[in-house]
Amino acid sequence: MVELGTLEKGATATIVKIENESAEAKRLQEMGLLPGTGFKVVKVAPLGDPIELELRGYRLCLRRKETEGFLVEVNP
Amino acid sequence: MSAIALAVKRVAVVGNPNAGKTTLFNSLTGSSQKVGNYPGVTVEQVVARKTLGAFQIDFVDVPGLYSLTPVSEDERVALNEIEGKLDGRVPDLLVCVVDASNLERNLFLFTQIAELGIPTLLVLTMVDRLRESGKSLDLAKFRDMVGCESVVVVAHKDLGLPELQDAIVRNLESGRVPSIELGVSPVVEGHSLALRERLARLGFDYEASTVRNLVQNPSEEFRQITQDFPELAEDYDRAVQAAKDFGRTEVDIPTRYAWTSLVERTVISSTGDQQRKLSPADKIDRFLTHRFFGLVFFVAVMYLTFQSIYTFAGPLMDLIESGFSKVQNWVSPMLEGNPVMQSLVVDGVIAGIGGILVFLPQIVILFFFISVLEGTGYLARAAFLMDRLLGWCGLNGRAFIPLLSSFACAIPGIMAARVMPDPKSRLATILVAPLMSCSARLPVYLLLIGAFIQPTYGAFWSGFALFAMHLLGLVVAIPIVFILNRRMLKGSRLPFMLELPPYQWPRWKDVALAMYLRGKVFVTTAGTTILVMSVIIWAAGYFPQMGAADRERTTAALKQAQPGIEDKEVENRLAQKQLEQSVLGRFGKAVEPVFAPAGFDWRISTAILSAFPARETVVPSLGIIFSLGGDEEEKLADTLKQAKWPDGRPLFTLTTSISLMVFFALCAQCLSTLATVKRETNSTKWAVFMFVYMTVLAYVCAVLVYQGGRLLGAA
Repeated sequence: MVELGTLEKGATATIVKIENESAEAKRLQEMGLLPGTGFKVVKVAPLGDPIELELRGYRLCLRRKETEGFLVEVNP
Repeated sequence: MSAIALAVKRVAVVGNPNAGKTTLFNSLTGSSQKVGNYPGVTVEQVVARKTLGAFQIDFVDVPGLYSLTPVSEDERVALNEIEGKLDGRVPDLLVCVVDASNLERNLFLFTQIAELGIPTLLVLTMVDRLRESGKSLDLAKFRDMVGCESVVVVAHKDLGLPELQDAIVRNLESGRVPSIELGVSPVVEGHSLALRERLARLGFDYEASTVRNLVQNPSEEFRQITQDFPELAEDYDRAVQAAKDFGRTEVDIPTRYAWTSLVERTVISSTGDQQRKLSPADKIDRFLTHRFFGLVFFVAVMYLTFQSIYTFAGPLMDLIESGFSKVQNWVSPMLEGNPVMQSLVVDGVIAGIGGILVFLPQIVILFFFISVLEGTGYLARAAFLMDRLLGWCGLNGRAFIPLLSSFACAIPGIMAARVMPDPKSRLATILVAPLMSCSARLPVYLLLIGAFIQPTYGAFWSGFALFAMHLLGLVVAIPIVFILNRRMLKGSRLPFMLELPPYQWPRWKDVALAMYLRGKVFVTTAGTTILVMSVIIWAAGYFPQMGAADRERTTAALKQAQPGIEDKEVENRLAQKQLEQSVLGRFGKAVEPVFAPAGFDWRISTAILSAFPARETVVPSLGIIFSLGGDEEEKLADTLKQAKWPDGRPLFTLTTSISLMVFFALCAQCLSTLATVKRETNSTKWAVFMFVYMTVLAYVCAVLVYQGGRLLGAA
C-alpha cells in the first residue's frame, strides 16, 4: 500500500483506504475517489506536479500532496 | 391563469463546473444578464429576466458546484441561493445541467439536488462528445431512473433550445420533484446482515430483503418477538437506529456513487467503433503539456497575448485620451464665466470620466484573450503547467493570467482573477496583483532613470534598473502571499482541482458577451467610485483658490524680478503657487517631515499625494510643482537635476531617485485599482487593507533605500 501522491505517469492503481478526515479529503471523495475506485495516472505536469488521473470515465488533475492519506494498491 | 402569469418565476441553473452551464445560460438569456454580487462574499450573482410563454422568469446562474456539501464560504452562498435562504425565494424550478460524457460524476450533484424537494428539470449536454467517443445514451431509460423530465441540449450549436424552453414552461406549470432510488447505505446493509446472521443462529430463516425491510420500517410485532432474545433485541435496536441516523443525516458518498455508476452502466452503451488509442486531445496534449515544448508554447502564447494588449490597446487609449482632451477644450469656453464650475467640469468630471474609460480597451482586449483561451481549453492546460511554480508560495496555477495581466495594468488583472474558483487563492492573487509593475509606472521610471542613471552609468545599468524595478514587485509579492495565507485569509481551502476539457473552437457569442459584460461592470461599478474620488482630489488641488489680488501681486513681482519674462512662464509660476497654497500643497508641506527620511521634500511629497488617484499623473504634477507646466517632460529631467534643498544640497541624487522609484513601484497609487478591488471582493475592507499595506510597504522600502544609500555614502 502506498500514498497516491507517490505514483508516476502510467501507473494504474486502486484506492484501498482513506486516512484523512479533512474537508478537502471529503471533497476528493465527492469527486469519486473512494475505496475500491480504480484509476490511472495519465499525465504529470512538466514540473512534476500536479498529476492528472483518469477515473470513473473522466479525468481530474490534483496536487500530489493534497491526496495525503489516500492509500492505494498499485496494479501490476 | 393571468394571476399566475403576473408573478415572476425564479429558475436557478445549477451544475458542475465545465458541464456547459455558462454556455447554456448565455443561450437562454443572452445580453439581458445583470451581474451583481451576493451580499458579503466575493461570489458574483448573475441574473437575467426573460419572458417564456406566459411566464416572466428570473434566471439565476448559480456558481458551478461539485457538491451541495459546502467547503468554502462561497459554496455556502451558492447552496443558500438554491435553497432560497438568501432572500426567502426558493426557486420555482431548478435546471440541473449534466455532462452526458461524464455522467457518473455529474450525477453525484444531482443525487443531492433530488433531495431538496424542488421541482427539477435535467439538461443533458455534451451528447455530441459522447457520440464521438463511440457511445450512445438511452434517453427513455435515463428519464425513468432520474425521475424527472430530461432534455438534450447541444448549446454551442443551439440544438434543443426550443425544446428546453418548452420544457421550462411546462415544468413551471406543473413541475416534478425528482424521485430516485438510491441503494441502501452500506452501514444499514451491514447492520441488516448482522441481524440476519443472528436470526439464523437462533434458527429463524429470513430473506435478506425481509430483514432490510424490518430495519427500515421498524415493526412493533417483530420487536415483541425479539424481546425473548436479548442479543437479538440489541442488534435490532442498533440496526433501526442506524437506519434512522441514515435517514436524518445525509446519504453517504459511496451510496450515491453506487447509484450514479448504476445509471451510467444502464443508459450508456458502446456503439462499437470506440476506443481509439488516443483521443485528439491526448495527441495535442502530448505536445502542449510536454516538458519542453509545452513550456515554450506557453511562453509564446502569453507573449502574444500581452504584446497584443500593448499593440491594440495603446492606440485606442491614445484615441480616448485625445478625444477627452478635445471635449475638454470644447466644453471649457462654454463655462468661461464661472471658473469654479469650469475647472470642476473640465479638470474634475471630464478628466475623471476619461480616466475611467481609458482602461476599457485593456479590459476588453484581455477578456477577449481570456475567453478565447478558456473556450479552446488551453487556459486549464496553462494552469496545469504553472501550478507548481505558483503553488509553492500559496497561489495556484490559475494565478498566472491575473499576475501577468497586471504587468500591463492591475485592473484587468484583478478582474481576471475570477478564473480562480478557490476564493482564498483568488483573494491572495487580487491583493498582490497591483504589486506587479504596471505600464503606468513606466513614465516615472523612464524620467528618473533618464535623468539620474543613464548620464552617469550608461545604457547597460539603465536597462538593468528598468528590469530591476519590474522584478521588485514580483519578489516582494512572494513573502506577502506567504503572510496572507498563514495569517490573514481564514476559512477552509478547496483542494486544487482542475479538469482539462477537450480542445474546441471558442464559441464567439460567449467571447463577445464576456467582453461586453466585463466592460459594463467596470464602468458602472468601479467607475462611479473613481469619478467621486477624482473630483475630491481635484477639489483638494483647486481650493482655496488664489485671490485675484494675490495673482496680480505675484505676476508683478515676477515681472519686476525678470523684466523679459514670458507670459507662459508667468502662467506656470502661477499654477505652481496655486498648487503650493491649495489644500493638497499645504498637506504636502505638512507631511514633508514624514517623507524626509525617504529623501523627499515637500515638492516631491505633494506630487506623490496628487498622484494617489492615478500614478501616471505624477509626471505632469512634478512639471507643475517645478513650475514648468504640465506638458514639458523633456525639460523636466534637467529641472529635477538642478533642484536643491533649502540648504543648497541637490534634491535628487542617485539614492533619492531610486528611493522614489521604489516608492512608486510598491505604492497603491491608483484609485481605479482600489475601486476594482472593492468591486471584485465585494468589500471595502480589502480595498482599504490593500491601500494601507502597499503604502506602508512603499514608504518603508523607500526609507530603507535612502537611509541605506546614505550609510554607503552615495547620498
